[in-house]
Amino acid sequence: MEVTVTVNGRSRSGDVEPRTLLVHFLRDSLGLTGTNVGCDTSSCGACTIHIDGESVKSCTMFAVQAAGTNITTIEGLAPGDGTLHPMQQAFMECHGLQCGYCTPGMVMAATSLLRENPHPTEIEVREGLEGNLCRCTGYHNIVKSVMTAAGSAS
Amino acid sequence: MIPASFDYVKADSVDAAISALREHGDEAKLLAGGHSLIPLMRFRLATPAVLVDIGRLDDLVGIADAGDHVAIGALTRHRAVETSDLLAAHAPLLCHVASQVGDPQVRHRGTLGGSLAHGDPASDLPAALLALRGSVMAKGPDGEREIAADDLFTGFLETALADDEMITEIRIPKSGDAGWSYQKFNRRAQDWAIVGAAVQLGDNPGVALVNMGVTPLRAESVESALADGVEASEAAAGAADGTEPPADLNADAEYRSHLARVLVQRAVDAARS
Amino acid sequence: MTAVGTRLLRKEDPKLLTGEAAFVDDITVPGQLWMAMVRSPFAHARIKGIDTGAAASASGVYAVYTGADLHDMGLWIAPLPCAWPVTDDMVNPPHYPVTIDEARHVGDVVAVVLAEGRYAAADAAELVDVDYEPLPAVGSLGAAMAGDATAHSDLGSNKCFHWPLIPDPDALDAAFADAAHTVSADFTQQRLIPAAMEPRGVLAVPSVFGGDVTLYSATQVPHVLRVMLAATTGLPESKIRVVAPSVGGGFGAKLNVNGDEILAVTLANKLGRAVRWTESRTEAAFSTHQGRAQRQHIELAANADGKLRGVRVHLDADMGAYLMLITPGVPLLGSFLYTGVYDVPAFGFTCDGWFTNLTPTDAYRGAGRPEACYAIERAMDLLAAEVGIRPEEIRRRNYLAGGDAFENLEVPSTLVFDSGHYGPNLDRALDLARYDELRAEQAKRRADGNPKQLGIGLCTYVEICGLAPSRALGGLNYGAGGWEHATVRMLPTGKVEVVSGSTPHGQGHETTWSQIVADKLGVDPADVEVLHSDTAVSPLGMDTYGSRSLSVGGVAIAAACDKVLDKARQIAAHSMEANPDDLEFDSGSFSVAGSPDRSVTIQEIAFGAFTAHDLPDGMEPNLSEAVTFDPPNFAFPFGTHVAVVEVDEDTGRVEFVDYTGVDDCGTQINPMIVEGQLHGGIVQGVAQALWEEACYDADGNCTNPSLLDYLVPSPVEVPNITLDFTETPSTSNPLGVKGVGEAGTIGSAAAVINAVCDALSPHGITDIDMPATPQRVWRAINDAKGGAA
Repeated sequence: MEVTVTVNGRSRSGDVEPRTLLVHFLRDSLGLTGTNVGCDTSSCGACTIHIDGESVKSCTMFAVQAAGTNITTIEGLAPGDGTLHPMQQAFMECHGLQCGYCTPGMVMAATSLLRENPHPTEIEVREGLEGNLCRCTGYHNIVKSVMTAAGSAS
Repeated sequence: MIPASFDYVKADSVDAAISALREHGDEAKLLAGGHSLIPLMRFRLATPAVLVDIGRLDDLVGIADAGDHVAIGALTRHRAVETSDLLAAHAPLLCHVASQVGDPQVRHRGTLGGSLAHGDPASDLPAALLALRGSVMAKGPDGEREIAADDLFTGFLETALADDEMITEIRIPKSGDAGWSYQKFNRRAQDWAIVGAAVQLGDNPGVALVNMGVTPLRAESVESALADGVEASEAAAGAADGTEPPADLNADAEYRSHLARVLVQRAVDAARS
Repeated sequence: MTAVGTRLLRKEDPKLLTGEAAFVDDITVPGQLWMAMVRSPFAHARIKGIDTGAAASASGVYAVYTGADLHDMGLWIAPLPCAWPVTDDMVNPPHYPVTIDEARHVGDVVAVVLAEGRYAAADAAELVDVDYEPLPAVGSLGAAMAGDATAHSDLGSNKCFHWPLIPDPDALDAAFADAAHTVSADFTQQRLIPAAMEPRGVLAVPSVFGGDVTLYSATQVPHVLRVMLAATTGLPESKIRVVAPSVGGGFGAKLNVNGDEILAVTLANKLGRAVRWTESRTEAAFSTHQGRAQRQHIELAANADGKLRGVRVHLDADMGAYLMLITPGVPLLGSFLYTGVYDVPAFGFTCDGWFTNLTPTDAYRGAGRPEACYAIERAMDLLAAEVGIRPEEIRRRNYLAGGDAFENLEVPSTLVFDSGHYGPNLDRALDLARYDELRAEQAKRRADGNPKQLGIGLCTYVEICGLAPSRALGGLNYGAGGWEHATVRMLPTGKVEVVSGSTPHGQGHETTWSQIVADKLGVDPADVEVLHSDTAVSPLGMDTYGSRSLSVGGVAIAAACDKVLDKARQIAAHSMEANPDDLEFDSGSFSVAGSPDRSVTIQEIAFGAFTAHDLPDGMEPNLSEAVTFDPPNFAFPFGTHVAVVEVDEDTGRVEFVDYTGVDDCGTQINPMIVEGQLHGGIVQGVAQALWEEACYDADGNCTNPSLLDYLVPSPVEVPNITLDFTETPSTSNPLGVKGVGEAGTIGSAAAVINAVCDALSPHGITDIDMPATPQRVWRAINDAKGGAA
């Protein structure tokens, strides 16, 4: 069936089976491969995107459920002028990524977190990212990145 | 992990959803936030032939003051429950428990009605409903009825809801200024509770346990001890009485029973302080 | 301008941060077929028949093949390789990409489906009907040793090999004969699932008329893989190109040669269609090797003052169902380190390898060394208790060279440690952790009967990295060399291209290599482009594992820069009509000593070498030099970690209060990257200590294959980490560098369990198995108290 969504500011459509997971629609139908798949149990958060401004695990939604919504993926976060979004910039400056596989989901979760809580404590950052797993960084510099982006680095 | 195929029905109204359920019987499942159902479907542990999507029934979203209780639309998301000023004033236990569900992404999509209809004994929100002595409104082909929390959970992932019934509203009695606490014990923040204990003080104290049996449970002996004003440690001693806790990789039955006693005591202490 | 030693931000990051970087599953080609595996649900079963009819006729299905079909098609000429036959009589049963007659672990592939889409392939795999006859399964290492069932029906025993390292048996016996103190302990290294965040995946793209095939694989070892693909498939090596695009972490789990890689290459080649497969996370518990899985027995003998006399170790190691690329060698990588940082006169080690009906094991971050470090560091705490002194004191009394600086010191396990200086390293760690204050706080909590008891755990580790001198590897029967290759070339426009045989998957090589080159050639790091991970671009390489990239690959790059400079100097001297020996090189320019106005930049020389209009007689054009570096010795990083935990005695829960590491990896190129490696490494070791274990039931079923139940920790539970460094340059290479990729993991598990046991010591508890789950800790306390729950 036909699904139309707004992705990164543009209307995009695709013909999918009802069982098509949103993350597969984004990756396979729309070619937006920045959103990654790291698990099959809604545990790792690598597939995190924004739907209507809120972080969501796109592996735990059918594409048909997203019809009509406004989606932002990692490809749509930076302003498009060659610079990075402040959260991306903070991750770079604080070495908040290594292999980079969890990173798109981590950045999307972090930006959603700051929208809800612009000046989190370190513990609030850690709890706010509880749904995102990283195997490289030990989270140390991820937490530092988010605190830096929030302007509340200690 | 790819779900099996299914037919998709998008319901434009509660009545349309109910008639779709009626038409397809136990072949059909309601799809709200999907955060209980889709994980099962990905492992093909659930293979419904028909999914009835009620996710756009905006009438079922919202939190309203209804006099002696707060009425919460079934499709209200955990995040909205967590951040509701109305609930913070009248049922703060529910706000806090909602904040402990899964992770932020799950709370942005998961719905209160969906979580209760799933009836998972390891889930947080059913325990809050029990401790708060809440109820759900269920609508079916023959109209609407109220099901008390005590009557809702009937077996492992089974509820009193008929195949063609759906939850439309959750009713939470106002708990006033009475103390409350939710103690969730897990090994990793995002995980289900190994054991959880929800305590709501008041004239009719409520104590509910997470993951201590095949259904979400009330710890009735603790409740009556609290009503009698006994010390927390003494009241908590009976927390695991009559339960049949499951055994898994994280905890055997003996350890779960121990945790239930410890967590209930901590919850009572916190609620009273 | 100096780049080495600075916290240069990573060149890799913008692509990764914006979703532009391409991992294997991001790459699509026209006409691709999706492969899905049909996997055995039984740990051990005879395959009596396979009905592929329903699957083959399902919508979107291109073909279905059983193991017998593929064998008959001649898709392979040899089984999957084990490149490390540790003994001459090691048992190595054949292991095929698709098994033919018998499934030997849950997830052993029995058939493959090719379909036009991801979903169609998954559907069809469910339609393949396999008739299994379940056989008795070897569901644990203990069951393998008991031998009631055999993992392979045609083998009479589960024993794979016996490997001894006892340099002087008489001295060892004498050390124990009349020791004042002895300690004997048994430890379990539970099975771990590596769980790199990117699951493994492959995409093989054939050229029908070119006769070649390109394999994109989420691998750490494209070069090794290419050789092995040729050896197993019979395709000419020259017709195989392997590309590791962006790779999302490896931790050892991506250094193998896997059946799926062979299937993709051979089926693509046979069918003329691209073939792809990406494992799901839960499938990875069966399709990707696991780590650790050892039982350790360690004995220490010491004098009355705690001075060590001897260390004796026996290891039983679970190979899993088959030998993968270096499965049997992993426990032996640790064998040389069971004496740790200590001066031990006598040493003996034996290891038995055993087959089970479980997922095969192989390298996982640290590979043998975390296990060794854990055993000796846990045992040293037991010895301290036995002698009646503090953990830091038992260590001080036994450090090599008395804790003073040393170079090129031979230890009883026959290795020569390159450099070390352990005393000041320990001092700094204790200071930074505020150790004395912690001990005071601990005493107070004990006196108060506080239900949250403090535990302080030390670990002083040494590890062996920079694999490796090729001769040393040969001596261990390892099937390859340990060199690394690099080419450095100046382009006509003055930019620099570096071709490296190292294959990064998150380590930031492009940045680190640029820093080395920038300083060597006097160029801006931004003008250095690093090419890697594609056998067509970088044909020679030994890849990335064993913390070898910098101390072997980085050194090769530095040496290639030196060769470039040598040639540039000749050209500069020629153009300035000066003697090469009179030239000075600084900040990218050659000048004549004493005449600073006479100078030429390296960029100008590069252009001159390209035009070749005026080169010295007989000199070849261009400025491009290659070096293959084979290190003369390993490198031995070391450090001290201090874990501080709080144990909730009512629930058994262990929480972190603090974690301090003072590490020494010699000279640092990019301290920011060094710290990142340690943060991640430490948390991986901490995760073994507290959360992670691949659990199997007695029938060999993994009961926690997904990330729901296999507890890779989240940001909430892990410690905040404080790091500092000492810097003792290696003597094994001219840069003075040592590896740092695995050090954190090697040092951390022992520190954490030492802390947990320290907290529990008032109860008389001396050991807790890993992972120290709340239930395990609570039960130990409860038992110690007399058992009433």
